Order: sequence, then C-alpha cells, then structure tokens
Amino acid sequence: MIKTFILGILLGIAVAAGVLYAVPVVDQYREASIISVAPNGGNTEIFYINVPSDRVMSGGHDQAVLPPGLEWPDDDILGSVSTEIFKIRNARDSVIGVAARTSAREGDVPVLDWIVHLPARGSIYVNMNPVAGEGGYRVGEIRAGSRELAGMTGRMTERWLSDESAVPDAPAGRIELAARYIAKQEELAE
Amino acid sequence: MKYLFALLAGLLAGAALFALGVIYNPFLDKQELSPLAVTDAPTLVLTYPGVASESIAYTNDGESRTQPYPEKVLQLWEQTIRQTSATATLLRDGRNQAAGIGIKFSSAADETRLLSGRALVNSIWYVYLPGRGGLFVEETENYWDFLRDIVVPGYRSSSNTWAGTWIGNMTAGPGALGTAKVTGGSGEFKGMEMLGVESLSVRAWKVDGGTVAAEGRLLIELPRNELADVPAE
Repeated sequence: MIKTFILGILLGIAVAAGVLYAVPVVDQYREASIISVAPNGGNTEIFYINVPSDRVMSGGHDQAVLPPGLEWPDDDILGSVSTEIFKIRNARDSVIGVAARTSAREGDVPVLDWIVHLPARGSIYVNMNPVAGEGGYRVGEIRAGSRELAGMTGRMTERWLSDESAVPDAPAGRIELAARYIAKQEELAE
Repeated sequence: MKYLFALLAGLLAGAALFALGVIYNPFLDKQELSPLAVTDAPTLVLTYPGVASESIAYTNDGESRTQPYPEKVLQLWEQTIRQTSATATLLRDGRNQAAGIGIKFSSAADETRLLSGRALVNSIWYVYLPGRGGLFVEETENYWDFLRDIVVPGYRSSSNTWAGTWIGNMTAGPGALGTAKVTGGSGEFKGMEMLGVESLSVRAWKVDGGTVAAEGRLLIELPRNELADVPAE
C-alpha cells in the first residue's frame, strides 16, 4: 500500500505539472480585428463609443462628475484638467477595450490626449489637436504604442456623431475614433 | 479498495507538494533592487494611493476581490475586458504635493506562466502633470512576489489578513533590465523616450477586500541633457 501511495504522489506531481504547463492561466478573449487598408498606405481601424452608456467615469473642476459618488480632487493644480474613461467598441458594436480622454489647458494652449487600450492586442497614445477642423474632425498623432501596436506611427481622428435614429433608448450619439496605423520604416543594413 | 484510497491520497499529496514547490521555489529570481536605484540622471517621482477606495475611480469586472469604487461606477464585464481594470488617481510628487492625474489600465497577460514565477499583467499609464506635460508609460508587471509574499500568507492566516511591510518592484519589462518604456507626449516631455519603474509598498491585505493599506510609486528617469535643470526628487 505504501508503494501505491508513493506512486500516487509521483502521479500527482506529474499531473499537476502537466495541467499547469498545458492549460493557460490567462487566455484573453480576442474579437477578430476589423482593419482595412488605407488608400495611401497604412491600415485603418475604427472605434466607437456610445454616449452616455459607454462612459465609465467623467471628472473635472466645475463640471458634472460621473458616477454618482465620485469625488474629483479640489487641488488647484487640476483646475483645467478633465478626464473621461470609456468602453470602446469595434465596427460590429462589440466592446473590445477601454480608452481615456484627457483635456487640459497649458496657459493659452489647449491639450487633448487619448489612450486606447485593447487588452488582447496592445495600446496607443495619441496627442490630438483640440481644435476641430472641417467636418468636425479632430486630428491627432499616434505618439506611442505597446505590444502589437508598438512601433506604430500614424494618426487618429475624433468626431461626434449625433444619433438621429429616433429609436427609443438610443444613445445621444457616438464618438468615432478612426486610427490609421503606419509601421515605422526601418533602414535596411547595407 | 484500500489501494485506490492510497492512490487517491497519494495524488492529492503529490499535487499539494507540487503546489508548495511552485510557490516556494528557491530557484526563482526575486527582483529586490530597482534598476533605476543607482541612476545619476534626474528622476521624476510620483506616488499614488495603492488602495482602490482612495483613488478617484477604480473599476474591474465587479467579481474580483477588489471592489469597484465608487460603488456605482460602470463595471468592465464584457468578455474582452473582463480581465482588465481601470484606475484614475491623483498623483503626488516627492514632496507629497498634488502633481497631476494618472490613468492606469491593466490587463492579465497571456504570457503568464506560474511554473516559472511569472504572474504577468500588461499595464499602461497616462500621466498628465499640469504645467509640465503628458507621459505614456508602457510596462509589464509581475505580481508573483506579491502573490507569494502577501496573498498566500494572507490565506494561511487564521484572520484571513496579512499585515507587515512589503516593498516590491512590479515592473518586469518590456525593458531588458525590467524597466518600463516611457514616452513624452506634450509639454516639456514632448519627444522624450525614457525609462521607468513602478513599485508598490503594502502594509495590509485582506482576503475579502484585497489591499487595505498601500502606496504606489512611479519612478521615471529623465534624459540627462534635455532636462538638466530639473531637480532630482
């Protein structure tokens, strides 16, 4: 019986090791990416945010905060800063990540930054021109990316799309973010 | 029949022995010294509360040990973001003065391998310091030491709590030396590429609520030439 017990111990160690090796502890679910090739190079991916239903939080001085109970710091240094966190959706309207939009004012210069985080893929950081141009588009530069999106440059645009469907319970509108990724060119060794 | 019981008892004992061996594996590296601890470059030190209820807002899937704050914040329950957390927090400088705002997104990493002591989390920070500019921090964190030194003893404790002093570097990459990649986006940081390390100082942890008393710290090494006039914290 002792031999059987010792055999059981060895089997237990082997089974536990095998399970821990073979079964992934983390397996991030990934929606198939919806990416199209841009006419003049690069790849385009469009994200949407339903407002207000996808808004996780919103805070800033002298503005309504969300969710109820959120206490925005009253430190003077944050006087011009406001930030929002959203869930973001792909073109099929599936939630695929989270994003944060932060606006501030440096003297007379407005600042608008986005970070977009796609758990199964990576993240991008975008500096945006806060002044909307033709068609209501704001345009920003992709400054940095991580993991699959590391080394990407390119641009991202932001625009507000009002909901005109008149469907009951429809969102007030959507924020559309269109990212155009361009891989950094690397010089070939001679 | 008794042989079957002996085999089952052996299997359980073997699995338990294996679990102990994984948790207390003496051959796993423990990163105790920050790679930026000996830098002579100017540094930027930012601290933040390590407890969800002391942040501005914190959210996750709503079923994790750490509860979202405030209570009515939208939860990240969808399948693609279920293993992700989002935090908005006030950042303080080395003199404990409010310095700016920090947004952190963290997601469990597919590269996690408990056999080799890698409980990995992919994180990004967006840091905005009014009057100075914005930064983007990209890092992979390893929570293995945290799990082994705090969570396991917490579960073993009869009170289901852990109390003590634990300081650990969470950043394990993507830099080769275990550093985070920091990109300056606006203001005086615009165009800069820097290194950073995030660390956590924990004093209390509970099984049914997570971290009770803790402080986080972001250390960013600034370029020597471009910010020569910035005093080291």
